[in-house]
Amino acid sequence: PLAVRTSITSRYETIYRSTTAQEEAALDVATAREADAALRPLQDALLGSLTVYVVPETSPLLPQGISVYVGKHRSALVRIGGGLAALRTRLQQLTQVMSFTASSIATALSDRMPNGQLGSDARRHLKSSLGYEITFSLLNPDPKSHAVDWDIEDAVNRYVQPVLDKLSLVANFSVDSQILYYAVLGVTPRFDKESSSFLLSAHSLPHVINPVEARLGSSAASLYPVLNFLLYVPERSHSPLYIQDKDGAPVSTNAFHSPRWGGIMVYNVEAPASPQASLPLHVDVDMVRVMEVFLAQLRLLFGLSREELPAEFLLESPGNEGLADWELDRLLWAHTVENIATVSTTLTSLAQLLDKIGNIVIKDDVASEVYRAVASAQSAVAKLATGHLLSAFQASKEAVTSSERAFFDPSLLHLLYFPDDQKFAIYIPLFLPMAVPILLSLAKIVREARQRKKEPTKMD
Amino acid sequence: SHIVLMLADDMACNPRNPKPATVFSHKNMELNVYGDDVEVDYRSYEVTVENFLRVLTGRIPPSTPRSKRLLSDDRSNILIYMTGHGGNGFLKFQDSEEITNVELADAFEQMWQKRRYNELLFIIDTCQGASMYERFYSPNIMALASSQVGEDSLSHQPDLGIGVHLMDRYTFYVLEFLEEIHPASQTNMNDLFQVCPKSLCVSTPGHRTDLFQRDPQNVLITDFFGSVRKVEITTEAISLDGDLAGFESKLPKDELATESLKYAEQLPVAQIIHQKPKQKDWHPPGGFILGLWALIIMVFFKTYGIKHMKHIF
Repeated sequence: PLAVRTSITSRYETIYRSTTAQEEAALDVATAREADAALRPLQDALLGSLTVYVVPETSPLLPQGISVYVGKHRSALVRIGGGLAALRTRLQQLTQVMSFTASSIATALSDRMPNGQLGSDARRHLKSSLGYEITFSLLNPDPKSHAVDWDIEDAVNRYVQPVLDKLSLVANFSVDSQILYYAVLGVTPRFDKESSSFLLSAHSLPHVINPVEARLGSSAASLYPVLNFLLYVPERSHSPLYIQDKDGAPVSTNAFHSPRWGGIMVYNVEAPASPQASLPLHVDVDMVRVMEVFLAQLRLLFGLSREELPAEFLLESPGNEGLADWELDRLLWAHTVENIATVSTTLTSLAQLLDKIGNIVIKDDVASEVYRAVASAQSAVAKLATGHLLSAFQASKEAVTSSERAFFDPSLLHLLYFPDDQKFAIYIPLFLPMAVPILLSLAKIVREARQRKKEPTKMD
Repeated sequence: SHIVLMLADDMACNPRNPKPATVFSHKNMELNVYGDDVEVDYRSYEVTVENFLRVLTGRIPPSTPRSKRLLSDDRSNILIYMTGHGGNGFLKFQDSEEITNVELADAFEQMWQKRRYNELLFIIDTCQGASMYERFYSPNIMALASSQVGEDSLSHQPDLGIGVHLMDRYTFYVLEFLEEIHPASQTNMNDLFQVCPKSLCVSTPGHRTDLFQRDPQNVLITDFFGSVRKVEITTEAISLDGDLAGFESKLPKDELATESLKYAEQLPVAQIIHQKPKQKDWHPPGGFILGLWALIIMVFFKTYGIKHMKHIF
């Protein structure tokens, strides 16, 4: 196993200054949200940095009982009240919320951590990759009863694309969609008499994904990880279908997700008003409701969860963009660290492989990829130390691409370069029988030559 | 979907199979193991040691499709099952090559270093199968074999209608055991180790758990079989503003008249078919062969004398 010596230090640089006149004017508005919007163009908008405005205790900007307001860009408003010590605690809590924390960095390095040190939460995030494929699937197991229509293209353009545009710094995304008929869940739901509905209990959910996954398909061409979002419209005989959580209460979103895979939502169709309604019923899916759940699942898959905030904090909702700027920064910090760790693991392992097999041939392009990976990784580490997040992230991406290309080059297969026992096993049976008469004859020649040399002296 | 199947022989579609496209585990024809959802990814001549190691280590040419790759990451549990003819330290591929236990151990180490698996279960059903797992040295590997070094693994029962033995004993009893497992089962690995005792299997199945970090008692069979996923309930949804004005489509409204595409002449097919075979240039024999023959001739004539040359020529 790799000898893992990982040490990572992080620090926060804090600069104090007083507000400029423009900022004062921006803060002179009625609500915190307007202040946030007004402040945004005034900041230097550097990725990875945060601006905190300390407002007087009596400021009308923050509602009653709230002393910290976290905006959806990179600024926050904090009430000064209670003196410097209280302010400092609030600022520390704010940094834990808005910027990277020890635990988020530890999660990024999760494959170097010994088992059990991280909680179950930590393992669920998607690995940093250059791109992701998102597939939306509509599963209709009962087309005879429900003719389901979903305007997925419009929904993707309206609701999903803004979020993906915001995340475009992190990776490339491609979106597809499909409709599958007669695709059933592998689990039979239970009928509950009290609510006269069908229930899927929490412990049967893990078995739902595998039977359906075989039918989902994926793009043959790209190797990016696929995120599947499934919308399941239950059969008429199993409607309405609710998902139960561990305590037996129905889940409000009627959806569940699996880390590194995607999410499934159950969409119940209302029973027709009159029992003689003609089948199939036409169903127009309410895409807003559906996308709210899918985008929430997308956030969770990426690790952007809303942790428990102290009571006096108010978090501004990012709205249709899906995530706040500072959440994007957190993602970039984590991905940069993860990329750098991956590069160092890959290159170390490659070096060990090349050491072990003495006669492996390294092509020129493999060598140049390795040099490029090392240079980019060093630059990423340097830029990360100074806090230039965007350039550090891009350097780390280049480093990962180069190192993966070098490591997975098809010419580096150890089988192709003879291990010693193969050398013996192949060549000895071939040449040993042939060599016996040759060696014996050589010995005879040497003996004769020596005898001849002795004889003249003897004769004389 | 997540299964890479390498079959060197196509028994289901073999002309001698009286029931084509089926492979039964027993002559009572109850269980068709070549069912509806079997996808063979590597077939006949593609099943080579090189391809197998390429799949494991990921050093695959870029043109390989997804279904032929092992797309695992550091949270994947991998099950590898190998069967065929084998011996002390090797398994035979295709009648012409072998994979040795050293190569396999090195491949697993490469996988571990790139974190291509979380835990790996290796099952092998060949003669002297236990020799294949002796050399493993990467963590988190559990191995089972159908026989110890020096023992042969025997096959189960012949089907006289076809004329061959249908399945090996160890595989048959493991299959019987696994048919009882359903996705919610809590059976653990210790039960799998007990499958096929010497009375049934004639050989002694072996297992190796020292590299595995967890206690086999706590490892569920469904951790490796049955693809049971970790699932979380989505408790909250975000709120979207559904009344936004319709998004302007980025595509231009007018359809541009595009030229109809046709396949370009990529290869001059007519020329190729009628080509004469290329004269392979004659190369003089290489240095090693020349040196070898020079040595042989020199020794011969030195030993027996030049005067014999006239008898030969």
